[in-house]
Amino acid sequence: MTLLSVKNLRVTFDTEAGVVEAVRGVSFSLGRERLGIVGESGSGKTMTGRSVLRLIRPPGRIAADEMLFDGQDLMKLPEREMRALRGPRMAMVMQDPKYSLNPVMKVGAQLMEGLRQRDRVGRAEAHGKAVAALEAVQIRDPERVMEAYPHELSGGMGQRVMIAMMLIPNPDLLIADEPTSALDVTVQAEVLSILDGLVRDRGMGLIFISHDLRLVARFCDRVLVMYKGRVVEELAAQDLLHAKHPYTQGLLNCLPRIGGDRGPLPGLDRNAEWAR
Amino acid sequence: MTASPSASLRLGAYLRAAGSMLISLAATILGLLLVTFIIGRVVPIDPVLAIVGERATEAQIEAARVALGLDLPLWRQFLIYAWDALHGDLGQSIRTGQPVIEAVARHFPATLELATLATILGVIAGVPAGVLAATRPGSLADHVVRLVGLMGYSMPVFWLGLIGLLLFYGILGWVGGPGRLDAVFDMMYEFEVTPVSGMILIDTALAGRWDMWVNAISHIILPAGLLGYVSMAYISRMTRSFMMNELSQEYITTARVKGMPEWRVIWVHAMRNVLVPLITVIALSYAYLLEGSVLTETIFAWPGLGSYITDALMVNDMPAVLGGTVVVGVAFVLLNLFSDLLYRLVDPRAR
Repeated sequence: MTLLSVKNLRVTFDTEAGVVEAVRGVSFSLGRERLGIVGESGSGKTMTGRSVLRLIRPPGRIAADEMLFDGQDLMKLPEREMRALRGPRMAMVMQDPKYSLNPVMKVGAQLMEGLRQRDRVGRAEAHGKAVAALEAVQIRDPERVMEAYPHELSGGMGQRVMIAMMLIPNPDLLIADEPTSALDVTVQAEVLSILDGLVRDRGMGLIFISHDLRLVARFCDRVLVMYKGRVVEELAAQDLLHAKHPYTQGLLNCLPRIGGDRGPLPGLDRNAEWAR
Repeated sequence: MTASPSASLRLGAYLRAAGSMLISLAATILGLLLVTFIIGRVVPIDPVLAIVGERATEAQIEAARVALGLDLPLWRQFLIYAWDALHGDLGQSIRTGQPVIEAVARHFPATLELATLATILGVIAGVPAGVLAATRPGSLADHVVRLVGLMGYSMPVFWLGLIGLLLFYGILGWVGGPGRLDAVFDMMYEFEVTPVSGMILIDTALAGRWDMWVNAISHIILPAGLLGYVSMAYISRMTRSFMMNELSQEYITTARVKGMPEWRVIWVHAMRNVLVPLITVIALSYAYLLEGSVLTETIFAWPGLGSYITDALMVNDMPAVLGGTVVVGVAFVLLNLFSDLLYRLVDPRAR
């Protein structure tokens, strides 16, 4: 069953130096599965994720032949209806909780905001649900975290708060944009397994954006490899380490290996032909 | 059990911050007194001659010197000056022989009233204008706000004031003329209204004299509107740039991802962060107005601190000038302290 189907997505930016194309005709579809998008910086993976939510800031512009989400074409929805989808139906976890949480609002207020404002839930009930959401991401003293400000949390805690906040309304689609890249390596695995468990339990569709190929291979069902705004290869996650495309192979080769030789890593081979 | 240690930790940090603030407050005020004291000694105006006149005898001059304490060593003079100032004694005006503090207490409320109303108007107009411009950069609204702001920056206040008086008072007759009240009400105010704050709008309201209140409004609205326009120009530009900066932050995207409506994204999520630097901007512009805008007070015959100090300066009445300066300085320092406290209230990271 298809949850999301994107056809020929393009994201362009009108700048003074001319039109920059960040995404150039990307198509993919997603069921209730975990789709990884990998690629180097600037390959358009973040823009692809944000386009689905239609949250590209001007001067950026989104165009697509079709962007079907649960039968509705997102390209044709008025902003009002799009806003009604954001939160309850589709959500996003961003890279660094240091920037993605509002620094001057208490964590509790941010967690309860959707419930209080959109669903008009009473204070006590919203509080209970927010605490339960914090418990679901394995935060031990949720009452204290509710009263804390974002700068009082560690990165791992912040990202768990972020995940809890996005999962409160039980969305059908979650976009995770480098959710562990800003975290210490020691807490990456923990946050990832929490995210994995929740996504599995609730049967959501997940778009997992990362530059870490091994992580994606382990964590996702299917992988899109992006290069210069295009998808150069699409493959099952278990086949990623045996990728055919020279760009994907290049991405793999520039990862250091434990126990590998300590010589210089090969540079990434970039061939403009692949992005045609 | 988890809340109490962190709560007491926060209280301790807050008290420590308050303590260091008080120390810096005391140091600043002492420094202010030192500066005014030194100015009083270095200006080429002999306070003795100013009192006794040019034809005094040697003995008279010497007697006046001793009476003023000018025969004492400088450091003792300063200590006496500072001690008196801290007890509300700013010396006697040479012009009137009356205590400076009494004259300042009469003039400062007029300036305070004008500056406060102007700042309120500047904030009411400037913040929404800045937000409007920031949320639609490059739009017609943005250009209008920029142009109006630029005019506020660059038009001389005295010119705007004169044109305003000519148009709204002279030709249209919509507002009251110079002064704080019509002459009729001036007398009535003097005798029938108990002065509580010295601010006419507050005192007449407390006394229930709404006829007088309306008249006072008609007098203050033009100068306050004018100064408010200048402060609006500044506040709208700063609001625009702060707001644009906040709107590009990632937490704004988070709020949108949560499906929050645009008004909430701007006025709740972004505005709370804009407030942090904006408080300083508003306090600065308020402080600037509290110094008493001499030109505006002169044009509108506003008996404020600015015109008091200027008049005193014209007749070499140094105790009055320096006393007024100390009061302005203290107001400035207190306003800074207040904005600092407010800042801590708004920004949890500063606590």
